[in-house]
Amino acid sequence: MSILLYVLLGIGVLFNGLGAIALVRFPDVYTRLHGATKCTTFGSLFTALGVIVYGFARGGAQYNTLAIHVIIALIALLVTNPTGSHAIARAAYRSGVKPKGAVVDKLEDRS
Amino acid sequence: MLAFFVTAIGAFFFYLLLTFGSGTIVAWSLEEWISGAVLSLIVGAIAGRVAFNRKKEGRKSSLRMLNPLRWLLFLVYLIGPFLWAMAKANLDVAYRVITGKIRPGIVRLSPGLSTDFGTTLLANSITLTPGTLTVDVDEESGDLFVHWINVRDTDPSAEAVCGSFVDWARRIAE
Repeated sequence: MSILLYVLLGIGVLFNGLGAIALVRFPDVYTRLHGATKCTTFGSLFTALGVIVYGFARGGAQYNTLAIHVIIALIALLVTNPTGSHAIARAAYRSGVKPKGAVVDKLEDRS
Repeated sequence: MLAFFVTAIGAFFFYLLLTFGSGTIVAWSLEEWISGAVLSLIVGAIAGRVAFNRKKEGRKSSLRMLNPLRWLLFLVYLIGPFLWAMAKANLDVAYRVITGKIRPGIVRLSPGLSTDFGTTLLANSITLTPGTLTVDVDEESGDLFVHWINVRDTDPSAEAVCGSFVDWARRIAE
């Protein structure tokens, strides 16, 4: 039981850590957003799964409620994380940040 | 008016889910029933028009999402192909984080979806999957502008970038 929890938390922390490294390694705002959204969503999904498994396995009204709340938080996270990064990317483009080293930029013709 | 009620009922349902087990009237206390009802009416009044937009020229209304079959399909999509693609995306990004091999660019996709919900679903799916990030959307045609971290084709079809997602979005929302 606790091994499963450690594995889930470990995967989650690993991907969240990769997201943090991506922020340092990538050259511009768009590529950094790639790392920041995908890795943190996936990582948080696993840490949340850990909490859900723990909540249901532990049982009792209090812990079941905890697990249900985390499920709702997970749904909210899956919806808001890409929406938020989309808003950041769009705002960045509108304020004149060009993608660095881009081989093609279809948005340029439009605006 | 229908949009208002649907949004309010949805918000009320979520409120009850969050406060489950707080009292003795079914499973909630009287305070939670009242505050939940008041809050969801406010949410419905503010967000109803955004959540279910009126029919626009050439676009279909989002009220079609009330069909529970669509939600079932959505769930299947979420657990099956979406989760799998997301896992692949993360390994892909991890690979690029470590090696630093990137070839970025912004491409234009024409998925040809006619509902706002479908376009939103596709845009969010694209953001969470292999090396792609939605930057902007052309609201009239539903075209998406996607930042692609490893451009293989400067004028790709929607299928080349996001695989079966277009079909799924069409199946769920149209």
